[in-house]
Amino acid sequence: MTLLTRRRLIGSLGAGAGGLLLSGCDRIAASPKVQDVLELGEGLTMRTQRLIIDRGALAREFAASDISPVFRTNGNTMPASEAYQAHAANRFADWRLEVDGLVRRPQKLSLAQIRAMPARTQITRHDCVEGWSAIGKWTGLPLKLALDAAGVLPSARYVVFHCADDFDGDPYYESIDLIDAYHPQTILAWGMNDQLLSIGHGAPLRLRVERQLGYKQAKYVMRVEAVDSLAGIGAGKGGYWEDSADYQWFAAI
Amino acid sequence: MPWLEIGSDGERGYLRVGPAIIPTTGVLGLAGGEERAFPPLVTIPSGYNLAAARQWHFFFAWLLVVPGLLFWLWGFVSRHVQRDLAPTAEELRPRSLWQDVKDHARLRFHTGEAARRYNVLQKLSYVGVIFGLLPLMVLTGLTMSPGIDAAWPWLLDLFGGRQSARSIHFICAALIAGFIIVHLAMVLLAGLLNELRSIITGWYRLPRERDQ
Repeated sequence: MTLLTRRRLIGSLGAGAGGLLLSGCDRIAASPKVQDVLELGEGLTMRTQRLIIDRGALAREFAASDISPVFRTNGNTMPASEAYQAHAANRFADWRLEVDGLVRRPQKLSLAQIRAMPARTQITRHDCVEGWSAIGKWTGLPLKLALDAAGVLPSARYVVFHCADDFDGDPYYESIDLIDAYHPQTILAWGMNDQLLSIGHGAPLRLRVERQLGYKQAKYVMRVEAVDSLAGIGAGKGGYWEDSADYQWFAAI
Repeated sequence: MPWLEIGSDGERGYLRVGPAIIPTTGVLGLAGGEERAFPPLVTIPSGYNLAAARQWHFFFAWLLVVPGLLFWLWGFVSRHVQRDLAPTAEELRPRSLWQDVKDHARLRFHTGEAARRYNVLQKLSYVGVIFGLLPLMVLTGLTMSPGIDAAWPWLLDLFGGRQSARSIHFICAALIAGFIIVHLAMVLLAGLLNELRSIITGWYRLPRERDQ
């Protein structure tokens, strides 16, 4: 099932098409008090995971023979924006990654510059929230190097990834905290399975944050912003799916 | 090819066991014109909503794990496990096992003092659920977490990867659902009020001896 049909389903539920089917449990779940109680579980999960998972613990890396023969593309596979499509037609020659926000030296990096910087290659498992997984080989710039080049200020707490794609005009974005941002396997991937990253998989740059689910792996990353709070971005929940469908921001489970 | 596959061709779900492919979409009933594996009456939430489903799932996962661990601890400390749940060597002999199978098949429940103790099939199913299925359920669930996999990669080796863990998770869920159905049926057959009262208060009225 693609993200688009999922979104349509959520939309139709919201529009009341499914209202007749709502069970008693859904009515209970809709109450803000019940929501607060259920969210206790989420907070407990995040704190417990942060407690037992070492900050630097690496996601398993696999052998080349483990790479999935088919790695499906999910979500958007071609950003609708004209600016993006012009960059894609030009093979991203004039495109620049912006690194800004709470940094000392905002950066504008070309793809050639990024590929010339030290790269990390990792064969890892991509876990979709829908349940499937696929193993792929990712090559890219460790996010830490991009952040260090820009000089992140001490007041920064999160890193936000602004993307070129959108759903019905709402731009895709994602965010992670600094523990994940500085994790050695967190990279801005420009290569996949020994090829340049395809548009379907998020060219020119896709975030890989290996200890979280697929919707955190933002495609078409245009801008990396260091912030002290997620409140002012989108609807304030830290990501497109978090805002639009209440996906959990901490997606390590 | 794995012997078991719980999958989808993109449109419809299926279960493949060896060469046999069993479609699962819409099998348990229609969901308001929309075909799903489970009808909305038995799912929370009733519609397709990953975020809400995960929120319910993990909240109740905590309610399973924390009281479950306390139950284990109390069970061993109070010797409830050793005294009441562990089958004796005598009970595990094939003859007494077979006797208990026959008793269950005829719905002949124990009477007199013997009714105060769990019978051997009861003990085996309780021990199997408490120390087998439930921990397996929790561990295979944790294996599906990319975060936990980074901390405890041995889980991946134990279960043969995330998707195998997911299949085992589903098998455990089906077995636990089966246990609950049989367990509730036995409570009904053995005398609903007496059983419920003894489960809650410990006060159990001995069934009358059968007339021979």
